[in-house]
Amino acid sequence: METLEQIKLRLEAALPSAKIEILANECAAGERSLLVDAASGFALAKFLRDDPQLKLDYCSNVTGVDWPDKELTEKIKVKQIVEGVEKEVEEVKKTLRPGCLEVVYHLYSMALKLGPVVLRMRTGNRADSTHLPSLTPLWRGAEFQEREVYDLYGVIFDGHPDLRRILMWDEFVGFPMRRDYVAPDDFEYEPTPHDEVLIEAKKHYPVEPKAEVKA
Amino acid sequence: MNAIAGLPAKSFEVKPKLDESGTPIGELLEISMGPHHPSTHGVFRMDVVLDGETVVKLKPVFGYLHRNHEKIGENISYLASMPYTDRLDYFCSMTNNWAYALTVEKLAGLAVPERAEYIRVIMAELTRLQNHTCLIGFFVQDMGALGTPMMYAFREREKILDLFESVSGARMMCNYLRFGGVRVDVNDEWIAQAKQVVSAYSKFLDEFGAFLTENEIVLARTQFIGVMSSAQAVNASITGPMLRAAGVNYDLRKVDKYGIYSRFNFQVPVGEHGDIYDRYMVRVLEMRESIKILEQALRDIPAGPVMDRKSKLRGFRPKPGEVYGRVEGPKGELGFYLISDGSPNPYRYRVRPPSFINLTLLEDMCLGHRISDAVVILGSVDIVLGEVDR
Amino acid sequence: MIGEQIIKGMAVTAKNFFGSYVSKERLTTVQYPEEHLAQKENTRQFPFLVYDGDDWETGLRCVACQICEKECPPKCIYIVKSKDKKPDYKGQPQIYPVTFDIDISVCMSCQICVEVCPFESIKMDTKFELSTADRFGGLLLTRDKLAKPNTYYQAIHPQDAAESDAVIAGEKAKAEAKAKAAAEAKVKADAEVKAKAAAAAAVAPMPVPAPPTPPPAPQ
Repeated sequence: METLEQIKLRLEAALPSAKIEILANECAAGERSLLVDAASGFALAKFLRDDPQLKLDYCSNVTGVDWPDKELTEKIKVKQIVEGVEKEVEEVKKTLRPGCLEVVYHLYSMALKLGPVVLRMRTGNRADSTHLPSLTPLWRGAEFQEREVYDLYGVIFDGHPDLRRILMWDEFVGFPMRRDYVAPDDFEYEPTPHDEVLIEAKKHYPVEPKAEVKA
Repeated sequence: MNAIAGLPAKSFEVKPKLDESGTPIGELLEISMGPHHPSTHGVFRMDVVLDGETVVKLKPVFGYLHRNHEKIGENISYLASMPYTDRLDYFCSMTNNWAYALTVEKLAGLAVPERAEYIRVIMAELTRLQNHTCLIGFFVQDMGALGTPMMYAFREREKILDLFESVSGARMMCNYLRFGGVRVDVNDEWIAQAKQVVSAYSKFLDEFGAFLTENEIVLARTQFIGVMSSAQAVNASITGPMLRAAGVNYDLRKVDKYGIYSRFNFQVPVGEHGDIYDRYMVRVLEMRESIKILEQALRDIPAGPVMDRKSKLRGFRPKPGEVYGRVEGPKGELGFYLISDGSPNPYRYRVRPPSFINLTLLEDMCLGHRISDAVVILGSVDIVLGEVDR
Repeated sequence: MIGEQIIKGMAVTAKNFFGSYVSKERLTTVQYPEEHLAQKENTRQFPFLVYDGDDWETGLRCVACQICEKECPPKCIYIVKSKDKKPDYKGQPQIYPVTFDIDISVCMSCQICVEVCPFESIKMDTKFELSTADRFGGLLLTRDKLAKPNTYYQAIHPQDAAESDAVIAGEKAKAEAKAKAAAEAKVKADAEVKAKAAAAAAVAPMPVPAPPTPPPAPQ
């Protein structure tokens, strides 16, 4: 199979307006991935599927990943005038790297027994701009998996034939797999609570103190 | 919507009987073959719309067994996820363990000693044998054989589960594989017992085959029903025996050659029509091939250590990176996608479940057939809800 | 003839049915709970704590290191360390667990606690008929219910117990050897110091200072 760089060149030749990036993977045995922008994702995926050299006709896995907002701190040296003398002072600069939701597609070829080619798309942010193109019209196998990413992460796939919750019930509110999801605490508690579970449980029903039985 | 992929539209044209004024007589019946049902292989629901007895629309509903295994995996260490993988496809705990161990070994760069590789192949093929046996038992029960052939299948399956119990301590939730090898070694007594079980298995398969393979009722109920073409199957990401029954020769043991499968001499049965009977026959033939692999593995297993010396039980922190590892489970391609950020817990832990994805074409296969066929078609997809819902 | 294969199938059923009267292999039903299947040696059900000797409180091997609590996947173990110490099998004072609870309604018998324990103190039991009518607390095994003697462990898992005993004996021997070596070294060191002192005293006797000559008496 040709290298990722060669695939990227051909993709860029086919679709000049696309923004493609090869993401490094520090793990040696893992596969590097192609990060594409949401606007050209569908066209690029169609090219990959129909290309006679790659024939990526099998979409094996569709994964959602949540990257929350991260505060990055770095120490930079700034020239400042301190007590009349110009000195280099270390300042701590805090930047906020905005978070996003990401969808990763693992594509293989059953016809040519090749693969995998890993395709990634990221949403704008985690709050209001969570739309991505659906690749279900190209690979029917992505149908249930994209529904699952919608259900558990909240990514809305444009062009999906039947986008509704799949694992949680239809009236469920919230996206359980997000990193900041807090599970509601009104489930039935474990019968033998201790530590923080005991504190939570006391809110719902009184617990008789356990007498330690000495043999 | 499906015109791009060239697949048939997901609806069925109903031709109702009309009375004198042109209005249809009667109406369509919508049933929920609800989560409590003896033939649905677990808590699985199908919302079926019927015209008489013919299926017009079918929507599978699941999620009743959703335990959010992926989120649990993000909060516990890599080793602690191993017993949870047993419980994904609870019939095949050894192959689930292997898929996860393979992925983590790829991530951390661990090497598996040779004896451990042989043991893994033996366990995986025994798992395949007992899973397909079980499945055939359920398959004939769905067709109305009321449990007797299923009990024969379970009787033979118990012999394999006895083998699992004597080496790992538990019949089904084995928790036997570790990153870099297996947990404990098998002794010569176990190998001798395994050889005995495998040699008795071919005789059992002959007897069982006499039951079913040319049985007129089975033939009438399964041939040309639930047909899936190879183009449909590939596009819908179907894997495993369902795919091979549709005519596509794609078996991960031959394509990826993971473990030491390249050393064994076995064939991959491929079907022709893609109907239920082909799926059943592919599984029967796969069982025979598994017996061949087992005979070779049990004969050639070398002596040696069973655990990589570099692997650690506690304080295991693989370097950051991501990896996707997959094995050919009895139900299809079972894959794990792990993203590590250098901490003892994975950042993202994803299971690629074969049963979940194999259900994509359930509606297409059932349209136009009767409701009793829908039950048998579901049986031939071979789902286990632990894997569908995770 | 149509139906021929069905009749062949029924012949298989008949063979199994009548065969169950004749051969043990065809009749595999065990009339539980009157009959029990013999359990395999390696069977694992729920954990228990091992103690040496007769008194479970003094002989408990567990030193409350809390490794099993951290590694347990469903977090079903709860340990509270003691404030005082008691001597362990090597004779060294160690802390012990005041509370050691396992919630067996949560435990999934994965055996990871046994694998990571460095002190051979938690092992897997084979009893599984533990159902109770007490919904809150009936399935919480406390320290006294969990502690079982080493003889019990040797009875249910002879091979594993033999290995475990060998490890314990090895540790004990190592500790004793270390103690002996330390004691010998101490004795040797004492003897050396004494010998040095004696030798110093014998070889070069302290010169008796000459009494100071009285100053000449003034005349």
